[in-house]
Amino acid sequence: MLTVENLRARYGRIEVLHGIDLTVNSGEIVTVVGANGAGKTTLLRCLSGIQPITDGRVVFRGETYVTTPAHKRLRHGLAHSPEGRQIFTNLSVEENLRLGAFLYDDDRVARDMDEAFALFPMLREKRNLAAGGLSGGQQQMLAIARALMGRPACLLLDEPSMGLAPLLVRQIFDVVTGLKALGVTVLLVEQNAFGALKVADRGYVMETGRIAMEGPAEALIADPRIREAYLGI
Amino acid sequence: MDALMQFVFSGVTVGAVYALVALGFTIIYNASDVVNFAQGEFVMLGGMITVFAHLAGLPLPLAALGAILATAALGVALNRLAIEPARGAPVVSVIIITIGASILIRGAAQLIFDKQLHGLPAFSGDDPIRVMGATILPQSLWVIGGALAVFVGLWAFFTRTLTGKAVLATSNNRTAAQLVGINTGWVMTLAFGLSAAIGALAGVLVTPITLVSYDVGVGLALKGFAAAMLGGMGNPKGALAGGILLGLFEALTAGYVSSHYKEAVAFIVILGVLFAMPQGLFGRAGTERV
Repeated sequence: MLTVENLRARYGRIEVLHGIDLTVNSGEIVTVVGANGAGKTTLLRCLSGIQPITDGRVVFRGETYVTTPAHKRLRHGLAHSPEGRQIFTNLSVEENLRLGAFLYDDDRVARDMDEAFALFPMLREKRNLAAGGLSGGQQQMLAIARALMGRPACLLLDEPSMGLAPLLVRQIFDVVTGLKALGVTVLLVEQNAFGALKVADRGYVMETGRIAMEGPAEALIADPRIREAYLGI
Repeated sequence: MDALMQFVFSGVTVGAVYALVALGFTIIYNASDVVNFAQGEFVMLGGMITVFAHLAGLPLPLAALGAILATAALGVALNRLAIEPARGAPVVSVIIITIGASILIRGAAQLIFDKQLHGLPAFSGDDPIRVMGATILPQSLWVIGGALAVFVGLWAFFTRTLTGKAVLATSNNRTAAQLVGINTGWVMTLAFGLSAAIGALAGVLVTPITLVSYDVGVGLALKGFAAAMLGGMGNPKGALAGGILLGLFEALTAGYVSSHYKEAVAFIVILGVLFAMPQGLFGRAGTERV
């Protein structure tokens, strides 16, 4: 469904992604784990089109993206829930969700919003409040729900567990598992390697802008090098 | 009493002009957090282009429409040529760019048109209407009506339409706006085109009363800015209320104190608002959890 070939990106004169190759098959949950600064967030930004790439290409459902803007990629079904949640803080919860379906104006918008409220009942209670007043965990749920309103075939999910209490982290990973049942393919980027690998089918380990290892998630969890470097076991 | 009513009428008329300028600020501010100080030049261009197109033989409504469209096109060009290339620069830098653009537009207008004062015939005649012992010009009603119509239109746009929400979303978080599928470049084009058109409309409506010359934009931009600050930047309701209040303050000061102090009112208002309530009458204080 999503193929990345030799992707390179730079900030100014410094190259931060040195040729990434990666595949996500339809229906999979794939995770990219790695330390802070490895380039995981940049990778997702390149995939969704908000960061220009300097070499390589992204192929999504048969379409090749090099400079395609983000709003066109979403139309093809590639959604991105960015790092730091990036919700519209001045707008209400409901307005955030409605804008998630900005590309659509049909009956399904209301149905999708009901589904989002069913998935996150807390959002229904707070639907008329300014999103900036939500707690960190609530904002993360809103960010995921907003991305789902865009009817993604594949969701790029960046650090959903960042800064959350352990109980909420588990709840968020449960939601990620639930996305699979909704038929959404997920590419999950996480510093919480253990949590991410537990919900994923396959994983990639990124180190300073390169893919260092890849394999089935269970194999990575069992790998002694991974256990020592990322899982702290 | 008669004198008071007369001051109120003239205050509301001038205030409606300030409100129109402030409403123009609102759209660009909502889309980009930038205060566009070239807004006053849009008002000037609306008046000047209408005058010269009318002199060239076009009927007044057609001249006015042409002026509004031409000014809107200039607003879009300003965004494309000067604002978009500076994307990522701090908001203050972009505001300085708009000040530069206003100087450029003023200079160009002086060369292309002239340095004279120009007027236009009033739309519905010059016979004053007597109300409660005072008089009001029919053209004043046009100005007030124009401000009200633009206010209602903008209010509906920002609260009732998805496109309006997309403008607000673009200003709140540009990256996130792109990620929900909003073409943010198009939103900026829309914001500058619409702001310029509203400014030009103000110029068309007010020229029969106040006349127009190449250099009226600076004063209007500053007064409109004071009005927008007073009402709360970014809120159409605030722009309307702030404009009318500022106009009333000016007219009452001129009437009861001295017309020498009239010009100072706007600046006293800016200072007072900044000291006492920086968010203005209707502005919402930013709440954000990080």
